[in-house]
Amino acid sequence: MALLEVRNMTHYFGGLRAVHDYNLAVEPGQVRGLIGPNGAGKTTVFNLITGIYTPTEGEIILDGESIKGLAPNVIASRGLGRTFQNLRLWRHMTVLEHVKLARYSKIKYGLPGAFFGTPARVREEAAIERVALELLDLVSIGHLANQIVSNLPYGAQRRVELARALSTEPKVLFLDEPTAGMNPEELVQMMDIIRHVHAEIGMAIFLIEHRMKVVMDLCQVIQTLVFGEVIAEGTPDEIRSNPAVIDAYLGKEVVI
Amino acid sequence: MGVTSDVIRTNQNIWTRARGWLRATYAHVPLLAWLFASLFSVLLETFVGIPLARALGLGKIPALFGVVLALDKPALIPGAFLYLLVIYALPISILARLVAGIANRLAAWLMTFPVIVTAIVHLGLLYANLSLWAELSDYRDLVARLAMIAIIVTLSLNVVNGYMGEFSCSHPGFMALGAYAASFFTIVLFVDENRFGAPLLPPGWGPFMFPISLILGGIVAALGALLVAIPSFRTRGDYLAIISLAFMFIIKSLFENLEVFGGARGLSNQPNYASLLVVFIWTILSIWIINNFVRSTLGKALNAVRDGELAASAMTVDTRRTKMTAFLFAAFWAGVGGGLLAHVIRYINPDTFGIRKLAEVLAMVYLGGLNSVTGSIVGAVGLSLIGEALRPLEIYKWIIIPIMLILIMIFRPTGLVAFTEFDPVSLFRPRMENRKEVDHGAA
Repeated sequence: MALLEVRNMTHYFGGLRAVHDYNLAVEPGQVRGLIGPNGAGKTTVFNLITGIYTPTEGEIILDGESIKGLAPNVIASRGLGRTFQNLRLWRHMTVLEHVKLARYSKIKYGLPGAFFGTPARVREEAAIERVALELLDLVSIGHLANQIVSNLPYGAQRRVELARALSTEPKVLFLDEPTAGMNPEELVQMMDIIRHVHAEIGMAIFLIEHRMKVVMDLCQVIQTLVFGEVIAEGTPDEIRSNPAVIDAYLGKEVVI
Repeated sequence: MGVTSDVIRTNQNIWTRARGWLRATYAHVPLLAWLFASLFSVLLETFVGIPLARALGLGKIPALFGVVLALDKPALIPGAFLYLLVIYALPISILARLVAGIANRLAAWLMTFPVIVTAIVHLGLLYANLSLWAELSDYRDLVARLAMIAIIVTLSLNVVNGYMGEFSCSHPGFMALGAYAASFFTIVLFVDENRFGAPLLPPGWGPFMFPISLILGGIVAALGALLVAIPSFRTRGDYLAIISLAFMFIIKSLFENLEVFGGARGLSNQPNYASLLVVFIWTILSIWIINNFVRSTLGKALNAVRDGELAASAMTVDTRRTKMTAFLFAAFWAGVGGGLLAHVIRYINPDTFGIRKLAEVLAMVYLGGLNSVTGSIVGAVGLSLIGEALRPLEIYKWIIIPIMLILIMIFRPTGLVAFTEFDPVSLFRPRMENRKEVDHGAA
């Protein structure tokens, strides 16, 4: 059985059918892509699986257990980490605090520790900090640890998002357009970082992308979503040559 | 035109030079030195304060650094100014610089012990200062106690309105719950009073049971908070403000109609347990615990909920639990503050905990600064002093304070000292001139 499995997921916003009969099977360590034109429902698929919305129909199974209808924070602590398309950083907090906070569900010292600064808390906070700094180094922003995020350049903010998501120790990492709004140079760096992170940690990755270059380079399997329905699924080469995809998404000429 | 700008430029030069000089002179003065110097000042006042005040034509010593005189008897301002200069400003500024070397060495030596030792030495000195200062007039003693209670209440409201970014108006209600619960406890158990009859326990036990009554008050307030929190934290936005405001009025009219608690006449005869030392200890305790909480990763979850709830929940933060915990925690401390207040003024009625109290606490939070322990202390103490200074204006005080609140909201929406982290350990640290200290700061 796959690590993350979605079966026959359908979702309505009122009368609008946003996602229809969506199926997904992510194997451990796999890198998958989800592409589609604007408004196809890619982010909705993410939001459905990560618990922001509960699907009208269908099943979502992570590691053999159903996670449908659970709160987003519970789903996240079960092993679904994510980043957001429009950065959702906490503007008054430092980079290090972001990454530390993503370990919230793993904190054991509890309220007594928080109130009275017990030795257990001091130990645990130090351990969290070590892990957080390692993750920051992994995405090469260790030197920015004590900066307030709103002072950082865009590319660095994206990396904070990534490090923060990694800090939840995801089994499957959801990346919602990790290169959105980046210039070509930042784009290449980001792709390197994603590859590097995948090689180091080895979790499964499921990413939404607009830029074909990124998806084609990174992903082993790609799904194409149009109007909430998967019209094609396959390897980059298969997707590239699939006439339906070319028609619906890439246009009449082959771009790549 | 040219002349004016020249004048401005020279003025600026003088200011920058003065600031630079001040920084150079006092950069290496540790907290310990300031405490020693002010202790000397307070002792000086104890011995020569009254004769000096008479000689300057003040009649009695200016109780609150002359702020009360400012509006009441403006003719005495020059005398009060001289008094402050001789008793406080000059001795402290000179002595702090003189003892800086010794104090630094002492502070460094203290740092070799566990932090608690340093903390106790500093707090002991602070309390010595405070008690000697308050010894000189009952008025000072009262204002000091009220200001410290204001710190507890302000800080706890800052947890909700600042750190968590919700807008709660029910703090006076929580204070009322705490005040009534604690008063009921101590009066029934330890006071011979005509309404509740003879004390149930030997009155001698009272002072030792006082912490229990305060904690009880805090718990009752937290239970009240639960009633507000359950409906209002299902959604975000203005609901909490509306529900909490309603809650405050409900509590007020509840106590107005409960004859057990004296109805609108209120409850009096609280035993005199809330001495300066007791209030001081509770204030320090509240600052310590609240500061511990907001600096922990669990406490940072409040900031995350404020700055982006969706992202917080996607990062495993249980947002609902976080909000509930913080709200109940804040209410607990408001209840403790209320209990202390009841035993300081030894008379409470429902009117004590009305919209005026709300305006006062909100003004303290927003003046001092959101998301900042230091800010809350500054706001609470500052506004307490301003409140005393404006006392001669009587009812117009309640025009001035809201206007101040509006002005703060317009010109400095986050307050004077907002978004800072309060690290007591760095406060106690010696300020040596060698480079070690710099390295430490960078690390």
